[in-house]
Amino acid sequence: MSNATTPLFQLEQVRKTFKNADGEDLVILDDVQMELREGEILVIVGRSGSGKSTLLRILAGLMPANGGSVRYQGKAVNGPVAGLAMVFQSFALFPWLTVLQNVELGLEALRVPRKERQERALRAIDLIGLDGFESAYPRELSGGMRQRVGFARALVIDPHCLLMDEPFSALDVLTGETLRTDLLDLWAERKTALRGILLVSHNIEEAVLMADRILIFGSNPGRVRAEIPVTLPQPRDRESQDFRNLVEQVYAMMTARPISKTDGKKEPVGLAYRLPHTSINRMAGLLEALATLEKHDGTFRANLSELAGDTQFSVDDLFPLVEALEILGFAESDAGEISLTPAGRLFAEGSVQERKGLFARHLMERVPLAAHIRAILDERPSHRAPADRFLRELEDQLSEDEAQTVLDTIIYWGRYAEIFAYEDNAAVFTLEDPGH
Amino acid sequence: MKLASSLAFPMPNRQDLIAIPLVLAVFFLIAHISRGMAVPFHLGESIAISSSPWELPEYALDTVSRMLTAVVCSLAFTLGYATLAAKNRYAEKILVPLLDILQSVPILGYLSITVTGFMALFPGSLIGVQLAVVFAVFTSQVWNMTFALYQGLTTLPKDLDEAARLYRLNAWQRFWKLELPFSVPGLLWNTMMSMSGGWFFVVAAEAITVAGQTVAVPGIGSYIALAIRNKDLGAIFWAIATMVVVIFLYDFLLFRPIVAWADKFKFETSGDLQKPQSAVLDFLHRTRLMRLVVLLPRALWEASVRLLPPASGQARQRPSAGQKAWRDGLFYGVLAVLFLAALWQLGLAIPRFFSWAEIGHVFYLGAVTALRVFVLVLLSALIWVPIGIKIGLNPRLTAQVQGLAQFLAAFPANLLFPLVVVLILTFHLNVNIWVSPLMILGSQWYIVFNVIGAAAALPGDLKEAARSFGLRGWLLWKRLLLPGIFPGFVTGAITASGGAWNASIVAEVVSWGSHTLVATGLGAYITLATGSGQMEKVALGIGVMSLYVITVNRFFWRRLYRAAERRFRLD
Repeated sequence: MSNATTPLFQLEQVRKTFKNADGEDLVILDDVQMELREGEILVIVGRSGSGKSTLLRILAGLMPANGGSVRYQGKAVNGPVAGLAMVFQSFALFPWLTVLQNVELGLEALRVPRKERQERALRAIDLIGLDGFESAYPRELSGGMRQRVGFARALVIDPHCLLMDEPFSALDVLTGETLRTDLLDLWAERKTALRGILLVSHNIEEAVLMADRILIFGSNPGRVRAEIPVTLPQPRDRESQDFRNLVEQVYAMMTARPISKTDGKKEPVGLAYRLPHTSINRMAGLLEALATLEKHDGTFRANLSELAGDTQFSVDDLFPLVEALEILGFAESDAGEISLTPAGRLFAEGSVQERKGLFARHLMERVPLAAHIRAILDERPSHRAPADRFLRELEDQLSEDEAQTVLDTIIYWGRYAEIFAYEDNAAVFTLEDPGH
Repeated sequence: MKLASSLAFPMPNRQDLIAIPLVLAVFFLIAHISRGMAVPFHLGESIAISSSPWELPEYALDTVSRMLTAVVCSLAFTLGYATLAAKNRYAEKILVPLLDILQSVPILGYLSITVTGFMALFPGSLIGVQLAVVFAVFTSQVWNMTFALYQGLTTLPKDLDEAARLYRLNAWQRFWKLELPFSVPGLLWNTMMSMSGGWFFVVAAEAITVAGQTVAVPGIGSYIALAIRNKDLGAIFWAIATMVVVIFLYDFLLFRPIVAWADKFKFETSGDLQKPQSAVLDFLHRTRLMRLVVLLPRALWEASVRLLPPASGQARQRPSAGQKAWRDGLFYGVLAVLFLAALWQLGLAIPRFFSWAEIGHVFYLGAVTALRVFVLVLLSALIWVPIGIKIGLNPRLTAQVQGLAQFLAAFPANLLFPLVVVLILTFHLNVNIWVSPLMILGSQWYIVFNVIGAAAALPGDLKEAARSFGLRGWLLWKRLLLPGIFPGFVTGAITASGGAWNASIVAEVVSWGSHTLVATGLGAYITLATGSGQMEKVALGIGVMSLYVITVNRFFWRRLYRAAERRFRLD
């Protein structure tokens, strides 16, 4: 046993950058300071793009950090570490291996002889409730069963520390709930060698349900924004007032819009702002839902935690939706609450054509990239411009993937608003309306 | 527990009574191959080939053993070459473009050069010629197999790669548990396509004329060459019948069992509807012998787990930016010098051997052959696309015809050449036109089965939607059927066109007894130069043909393929 005061993981000033197409550094994680203590479940929550999955891979030794130090049980991490296991969002099972062979994988790498390997693997399979499926192939199993294999594969090597990358988010709600409960039972009964669990999640209820401590990550670049200890006794009751209050507190601390590091205000929307890729139908749906929630003071407001819990909006796309509505000036969010702006109300009540007009006006006024593309098209005698031209501009400040996503978003929004047209085969923006 | 009992020595069961003799037969085949190799031989001697049909089973065995040797060599080469290209950044920069070029070189063209080379290596023995034939088949098979493995190795799913690294598999375990299994479907498909194309080359390579001398090794190819010289239609019939049986057995005993076995390596994790079946595989699974056989790899694996060192757990030291720039500079510098030197040598050599008029003439001949290939692909598209779609829309017919088309693609079309030549001679047809269909006789089937496959895979909801809108006749074809099968057609047409270029070398010069028909074209140029032993002309012909193939691929097929992928993919 190592000294109880030594944390399992200790991170100081960790920084991670990726190079963009021009070889310039894009900062993904900046100045990350955190630790995973003995005997705790630590949950990191953050929006997509906050670099939390990247952080997990740095901890696992799958990816080097560009600066700062990462220590596991006091030793610097510079490659995959012994005594560490990981559970993946996509399960990461080898489809050509049976359940038993998948579970044996980590033991083979540890050169455990065949007989002992099989005994240990069968024990792990038993523990996680998969007995009877030893010779099945992953494709024969349901999602929940597959993730159980993922857990058995992780636990069979008797890890001290378990890293989990959104392990329940690819499962349906009920299955996820069952698996979560089973894991908490295992943890509570101390049947394993586990001394710490680190879970990355974008589901706030899940975080409050499982965590001893929650770290909230901010984006652009990713860093620890807040820490919330959770002292509620296990098993936790979702319906209790304390639980609800904590969920709301976390929602309030997570804002939809990225916060600028320098002045603590919401980041202004520049040319290369990471526009969230959201569906216009869903934006309209959220605005319509809000428009039915009139409060006594005549405003239209709702708690994000309520919206996430009660309506068809899941947490995963609620934040991007709110961000998009805020950028376009149809809604405002503050302290876990979203309220409709007058323009948002007009949109919710407008006809198809009125909505388009309103959307186009707001898009041109509030999203510099849209105005920029339109201006270039107006300027050129041919009224045509290749997509590559704008993609390269975006790549100066964003990674290739991000730049492509932003461009896809603006194409989608711009087409809906009819401020420009786009020909996918030739990859050019035009002002021609194919309808005329 | 069932795991423990499987280690006990299994007693033979009823299935084993059949399986064990089959295994012994394989050993016999191996012995046969090695015996046939070492026959003494000198250039100018003729190996006695018998025209008796009773010799055909033996000749067929010879031909099959050459095919199998070549495919084993191809697999070995693939493992080395593709792994190197995928793991080493500098090797990748050289090996991948090289592969692309080698893929485009007409195999039958340089056969004469390799025969001479191999014969010099093994003077006074038939081994040289045997190896040259195997080498020709090997080069016809290996490039796309290598490409498939390279592609598998470089497109590993990210999460599986991470799991393998996180659980610290060493390089050996990683290869067998992750890299190879993931590449199996692509590699296997390409191996099957290669095998199927290989029959053509093995038949063509078994009897060739170098510098006026016929060099032949016993086999179906040399048997048919003899039959052509003797104008023996009966013998040609027997050879065709034998080949039909051989390819049927190959399909039944090798192709189907392997495809059925490899189904588990398919990456899609959802259960699929149709699993390939093989009676032979089911049969083998039931034998106790099989259970005994799998013990060997399992024991070897166990030994490897115990003996090989574990992964170091340390991330590999990355070279610093400065080091990297220095190494890159050196690498590209040396490469540039070598390239310029080669260009310089070529610049000196070409005018020494050839007049500009000759070079121009060869390019003209290339254009004639290119035109022929283009027209042939177009014609077979016009014929086979409508038929293929009709068949593909009928599920029952699809199952039957699909197997037949694959069978025909494997069948070496050069066995049928004499029949066409007899027709041309009898009816005094125009050689330049009527020799052309021979070029696509074997490879048109790739268009057929790709189109059928694409038509059969058209989503049912699209077909229903089209029907509910009353789409019929030309409109239905224009809006649904033709766009839907387009990607499949392009895939088939690329293979067909590649096959036609290769076939031009044997199809543009054909003979029957003492009659020899020569068409105008680059293939004929290469064949005639080979026959008269003018190796530098052969080299020029091959170079120009490769240039044509590469250019057409780059500027036509690859673009068409990408457009098809972008616009007409149905998923």
